[in-house]
Amino acid sequence: MATRIQFENNCEVGVFSKLTNAYCLVAIGGSENFYSVFESEFADVIPVVKTSIGGTRIIGRLCVGNKNGLLLPHTTTDQELQHLRNCLPDQVVVQRIDERLSALGNCVACNDHVALTHPDLDKRPELKYSICSILQATEELIADVLGVEVFRQTIAGNILVGSYCTFTNRGGLVHPHTSIEDLDELSTLLQVPLVAGTVNRGSEVIAAGMTVNDWTAFCGSDTTATELSVIESVFKLREGQPAAIVDDMRKSLIDSYV
Amino acid sequence: MLPGSAAPAAGSGMFVPAQTVGTVLCCICGVSMSPNPANMCARCLRARVDITEGVPRHAAVVYCPDCASYLQPPRSWLRATPESPELMQILLRRLTRPLARLRVSLSGAEFVFSEPHSKRLRLKLRLRREVLNGVVLEQTHPVEFTVHDRLCDACSRAQSNPDQWVAVVQLRQHVPHRRTFLYLEQLLLKHGQASLAIRVAAAPGGLDFFFGSRSHAARLVDFLTTVAPIHTNTAKQLVSHDTKSSVYNYKYTFSVEICPICREDLIALSPQVSRDLGGLGPLVLCIKVTNAIALLDPLTLRVHHLEEKKYRVYNFKAALTSKQLVEYIVLDIEHESPEISIDGSRYQLAYAQVARVSDFGKNDTIFTVRTHLGHLLNPGDTALGYDLYGANLNDDDMDTAMTRHNVPEVILVKKSYEKRSRTRRWKLKRLPMEEDGANKAKGDEEKRANEYEEFLRDLENNPEIRFNMNLYKDEDYRSEMASTIGDDVPTVPIEELIEDLSLGDDEEDEEEEGNAHTGMVA
Repeated sequence: MATRIQFENNCEVGVFSKLTNAYCLVAIGGSENFYSVFESEFADVIPVVKTSIGGTRIIGRLCVGNKNGLLLPHTTTDQELQHLRNCLPDQVVVQRIDERLSALGNCVACNDHVALTHPDLDKRPELKYSICSILQATEELIADVLGVEVFRQTIAGNILVGSYCTFTNRGGLVHPHTSIEDLDELSTLLQVPLVAGTVNRGSEVIAAGMTVNDWTAFCGSDTTATELSVIESVFKLREGQPAAIVDDMRKSLIDSYV
Repeated sequence: MLPGSAAPAAGSGMFVPAQTVGTVLCCICGVSMSPNPANMCARCLRARVDITEGVPRHAAVVYCPDCASYLQPPRSWLRATPESPELMQILLRRLTRPLARLRVSLSGAEFVFSEPHSKRLRLKLRLRREVLNGVVLEQTHPVEFTVHDRLCDACSRAQSNPDQWVAVVQLRQHVPHRRTFLYLEQLLLKHGQASLAIRVAAAPGGLDFFFGSRSHAARLVDFLTTVAPIHTNTAKQLVSHDTKSSVYNYKYTFSVEICPICREDLIALSPQVSRDLGGLGPLVLCIKVTNAIALLDPLTLRVHHLEEKKYRVYNFKAALTSKQLVEYIVLDIEHESPEISIDGSRYQLAYAQVARVSDFGKNDTIFTVRTHLGHLLNPGDTALGYDLYGANLNDDDMDTAMTRHNVPEVILVKKSYEKRSRTRRWKLKRLPMEEDGANKAKGDEEKRANEYEEFLRDLENNPEIRFNMNLYKDEDYRSEMASTIGDDVPTVPIEELIEDLSLGDDEEDEEEEGNAHTGMVA
């Protein structure tokens, strides 16, 4: 189910929240409205954590994560890091990385299996100074912490892959200018169906306008019905309702009969 | 894969993957469309934004019905015909400010027909404006202009008093013919000097030019100073004055008198003048009149240029003028010296045996004279000259010269050609001149026509005079049979002619539109 929300009269909800299958991060806002929407949705399912990163509220753009882990930029303070480690489930690895491009959310897009990254992220340890060679490259860290396969990519000529696309294990939405060939290539890489589309009444910055996991999505309140229906269909959010119920019922019925 | 890198990569022979533009759904109506910066289909975009909002749909222009011109604020009046580009410019200028304020750019404009009596002008504009992150919308926008009639300043002044001249140039020459004025008329036309004149009127012994401002008249006088030996007197008359604001209205008069010496005049210099000019003459021919008078001694080929100021000192008169030229026939010619060139014109001293054409068959009077026309004359030619032998002279200086010097019986002035009225392939423009009906004498018309014909013939014979004026092609000219034109008769070469500007909208002109256009360029 996709929901329209806004953060303090701002429709870019993907900037102020980070949603994965295992946890949800929400920026500390002036009012509880934004937080309470997430809280009511995920109350008993996944933890909803209020946090800041590096003292800012734009947490969705600064961190990247999936059900396996959470990567934080070097601007994150120790307290914030500790707070997140305390709040998140134990199986989620929280790691602060030393990457020059600190807006990790803009540079990396991932689901639980694959990640697309900015082409200029740090590559290999041998390229660094010898003293630093013990440090892992960002690419390796992403692969290790998030447990994903990493691809360096662009979306419709934009290097900020984290901003212009968003995808889950079930589907993905990319920049509207993506050509059909690029769509095919990306969808082959990610192994999920992709569609070019918009959020927030024609905005191309998709990851900023929405935040999504495998069973729910939150979009900016400007998002039109058309856009919402595109999002629901590509992320397969509607299946949760009638068909799933029938499936569940059938399972239990068959169970009881057998 | 960057879009910018595709073009150079293609040039360097690298593999470039094909890029097919996909489709997205319009974010409002869900119709499938190619992505644009607003990600909205054109219909939704148009429904949501009106780029013509705030652009005026009505405006007013002020029109002077008398001179068919439009007011360009603050106070200039521009003449423009209906549906002309000039009018479009005037109208669009009324809209530039609102358009600029709204950041709307104009990509096209055209007139929509409106009945002239409706006092409305309709324009259809195509406006372009950027909306919603980089999408440019174009939309048509009709504007209706209301035409308000108001006389412009010049017309309202002319309406209240049509004869509004402030300065007059009275150009006079006290000679019995009007040749000088015919020549000056062409000079003024060529240099556009009389175009500012409100009115040009023929007066006895000259022309009157009326001007709306003193400086225009002074400009004409300045021009005349450079082309003719003139003497100017100015006068002004107080018309009205306002002592409180110290405004005085005058009518200015420039009295311009041209020296009464014309080309081809024979002058007898007094002994004193002759001595001053270095023993020139005493019989001299005036060969050229510019702002100085060129005097030629036909017997020695000496030329002297006399300035107007100098002339005023000597103030001699012509003893014989071109009217008194007599036709001679050249019987024999004997060159005395080689051909020489003075001030660009060629002369050759020769002895010529001539006889009066009028004497033919009556007597055998033959004169042997020295002439400066040796290079032109051949035995059998006719020439015009002054007959000092038979002339009835009434000039003191001539008498002195005759007593002191051995004066020749004949002074040849120019070669003459067969006088036959014929059509010309060229024509001259004329100044719109008001003839003075009251002063017209009987036979004046004919005399004028003769003078004009004589002037045209002069032009044909003398390329030096032609040099200063514009000759136009005569469209009505039909070539005569070649046999009717004598080979030796001088004509104006076609290269010297200018094609006239012809603008018209009747059928005949439409056929020859191409010609008319070349005419405009020429």
